Amino acid sequence: MAVSIALSVMLLLGVEQLRTQARESFSQSISGTDLVAGARTSPIQLMLYAVFRLGDATHNIRWSSFRAMAEHPAVAWAVPISLGDSHRGFAVVGTSAAYFEHFRYGDRRLLTFAEGKPFVDIFDAVIGADVAEQLGYHVGDSIVLNHGAKGLGLAEHADKPFKVSGILERTGLPVDRSVHVGLESIEAIHLDWQGGAPMPGVSIPAEYVRKFVLAPKEITAALIGLKSRAGVFQMQRFINQYKGEPLLAVLPGVALDELWSIVNIVEKSLLAISALVVAVGLSGLVAVVLAGLGERRRELAILRSVGAGPHVVFMLLAIEGLMVVTAGALLGVMGLTALGLFAAPILEAHLGISFAAGMLSAEAWQLLLLVMTTGFLVSLIPGYRAYRLSLADGLTPRL
Amino acid sequence: MSPFVVDIQNLVFQWPGKHGFRLSIPQFLVKRGERVFLQGASGSGKSTLLSLLGGVLLPQPCHMQILDTDLTALTSSARDRFRVDHIGFLFQQFNLVPYLSVRENVLLPCRFSQYRRQRALQSPGSEAADSLEQSADRLLGQLGLDMKLARQPVTALSVGQQQRVAAARALIGHPELIIADEPTSSLDAGRQAEFLDVLLGRCDDEKVTLIFVSHDERLASHFSRAVNLDELHETPGELA
Repeated sequence: MAVSIALSVMLLLGVEQLRTQARESFSQSISGTDLVAGARTSPIQLMLYAVFRLGDATHNIRWSSFRAMAEHPAVAWAVPISLGDSHRGFAVVGTSAAYFEHFRYGDRRLLTFAEGKPFVDIFDAVIGADVAEQLGYHVGDSIVLNHGAKGLGLAEHADKPFKVSGILERTGLPVDRSVHVGLESIEAIHLDWQGGAPMPGVSIPAEYVRKFVLAPKEITAALIGLKSRAGVFQMQRFINQYKGEPLLAVLPGVALDELWSIVNIVEKSLLAISALVVAVGLSGLVAVVLAGLGERRRELAILRSVGAGPHVVFMLLAIEGLMVVTAGALLGVMGLTALGLFAAPILEAHLGISFAAGMLSAEAWQLLLLVMTTGFLVSLIPGYRAYRLSLADGLTPRL
Repeated sequence: MSPFVVDIQNLVFQWPGKHGFRLSIPQFLVKRGERVFLQGASGSGKSTLLSLLGGVLLPQPCHMQILDTDLTALTSSARDRFRVDHIGFLFQQFNLVPYLSVRENVLLPCRFSQYRRQRALQSPGSEAADSLEQSADRLLGQLGLDMKLARQPVTALSVGQQQRVAAARALIGHPELIIADEPTSSLDAGRQAEFLDVLLGRCDDEKVTLIFVSHDERLASHFSRAVNLDELHETPGELA
């Protein structure tokens, strides 16, 4: 009985925990960036691919557009982001050294290096913590990038291997699952490519690429920091009305809110389903206690004979129910914590969801309290039944 | 103080419903210290009478004094308190609460009654007990039970042992009246006599009044007075 309640409480709190932690890891993933700019699309899609590396960009933006944004007097810094290549399933991010100076997450924290340093040479790469851990890379190791974003079996840039120059500290963000290289490096590995495939008969060896002009022609998106936050709407308008090509700038917070309003529906239905499972568990409890009452009429008569009034019998049964629910809830919390400890690495590796085993959120405690209150309330039903029975039976139950 | 523990005149009780059982007793008196054997076939109204004596059921207005207290004048919670303070009950079988230990079962009345708790500690006539547990253990010993059983769950006990534990529960804290409802019916003949001896011995020592209900008239010889419930009844023809 307590076990079924424990399982349902586990489900309910687990969903709640996942929900708050998913939300947290999303909203923690970018801070200190005033605008995210890219090709014109929906604000949510831009956020998804530029910040969370989810989905693909429909269009790139021209380098000249990026320069125009970066050189705008209101802009303090601008970091280009170029996506599209991958390394064994991990996204390759072409960017500039400014990325490590300006990209902030969580409580305005900068990225820090666990080992090594930012990329300097064209064939240097900085890898995230997950990339290093899962592929067992260390500083100095040589890696080969793939063309295209979807993992293995893709054309390789085997002629131009990269060297790991630094490994980033774990952040819990998509950064952990990214390989960072310079924008010029992206250009360099594609010098002898055209239309997504190596040009037949043309091969430019790695040692000669430095002789070419490696200025990027296109990037995917840009992160922009302003000198003053007050100018953010003015800057957004400047980008959205840019004459050169159709661009879109979004305020990360606003786009995230929009994203949540969609995700909310899913969250709410998940929560509602778990609440239903808890309701089933509680009604099971009531059914079992009610069914057992018939056999306990003797016990009720004994209690009556030693001076327990019908209201005492009522409270005893209600408290009994509350105790079972409380035991179930405690078991559920313990089970969830244990699950968190064992399942967290699997969840994180496969779904990219960080599931901390730690403290329950305030909302989770509220849910727990709600479950126990409901448990007590439904226990009043067997309590009332026992009250009626003990009134009718007195000292001599009709068995 | 009247010489009667039970003093009932012109009692009428009618169960609800048209064909509800009707109990009518013109007079029933039990003196202090008496050991009354109340005999009646099943359906003769034994259970109803016991519930009336215990204040679980209320008769129509009449003269009903239990230990000089007019139960009909008390509220239901006052009757609950009166019952645990002054009366010990003993039933046929399954007399114990299964999830409590032997000792906890014995001390059950003390949980509900301050009065019984105090009397269990300062037992009149014998030396005071240091604790309720000691008092319970002493009583179990006097009833011929091994003290080692005190901490056992009651389900580990034989039926005979269970009835002794129930007797200890009825006797703890020296209630003035013990009402026993067929406590020996689940025992074989040998155990019956043994149990009766022990119970009656305790009642004698503690000068408790005993009302012992049974359909088995062979037991009547152990008691100072035997009463047939049918004879108490005004109109036995109306039995349900």
